[in-house]
Amino acid sequence: MSFQDPHSRRRRALLQATGSLALVTLLPTPVAATPEGMQQAITDAYGDRQIQPGRVKLQVPPLAENGNSVAVTVTVESAMHGSERVEKLTLFAAANPLPIITRLEFGPAAGRAQAAFRVRLADTQRLLAVAEMADGSLWSGSATTIVTLAACTDFLI
Amino acid sequence: MNTVTPKMRIAVPSPARKGAEIEIKTLISHPMESGFRRDQRGEQIPRNILTRFECHFYPSGNVPSGNPDPNPERLVFACDLHPGMAANPFISFFARATVSGQFLFRWIDQHGALFTARRDLQVSDAG
Repeated sequence: MSFQDPHSRRRRALLQATGSLALVTLLPTPVAATPEGMQQAITDAYGDRQIQPGRVKLQVPPLAENGNSVAVTVTVESAMHGSERVEKLTLFAAANPLPIITRLEFGPAAGRAQAAFRVRLADTQRLLAVAEMADGSLWSGSATTIVTLAACTDFLI
Repeated sequence: MNTVTPKMRIAVPSPARKGAEIEIKTLISHPMESGFRRDQRGEQIPRNILTRFECHFYPSGNVPSGNPDPNPERLVFACDLHPGMAANPFISFFARATVSGQFLFRWIDQHGALFTARRDLQVSDAG
């Protein structure tokens, strides 16, 4: 097979195109790119304050069999005292009927900026956590999970 | 409405070494009915959720009796709960073991009902 083969060139172009596509999806998505309901929830909570990506780690299973109970762990890179201390953290789920899931508060006696709990997810979606530091800065982290059985839609028997 | 008092399960790793970060795990039995579901007749099932969880720590000798008001200076961890939290909410978080004392836990439901629990913490000097 020669490199001049038009099929080969097309194949290469295709490969390059898909490669750059993958790169685009890997780049961190800005907070503004979230759907409308989520954007509204974030605006309700934080107004038009600037939210920077980073410092928040959100751990969810990549595949959740049951959307009624999905284990979530949030960790914030934060000192536990001083102006760098994390004070609050809000978790949003864009595809839920109510995007806000919980708002955590870390008090002066907290040992580590980490918490775990279980949430309901209505659909496969991206979760977003926004942390508020004592100095007023906002940081965000996100994670995506695939939900095979959605919450909220089940009927009682 | 709750006809039964929720069952609470709380794990505090006591005794703990001084200065250690200790993980506290809590679980309370509650349906956390979201208000978005419908029954077989297509009627909406009314919302019934816990809306708030709080954990405070008081050193020995300063432990208040009864159901004290939340004291921000004694706060370890708190969270607002919305319908997106799973039924029988499990919450785990960390405290720093500095002195022996008592953790006070409280859950509040949307009707204002209060459910409380206490757990002791023994702190030993690092050996």
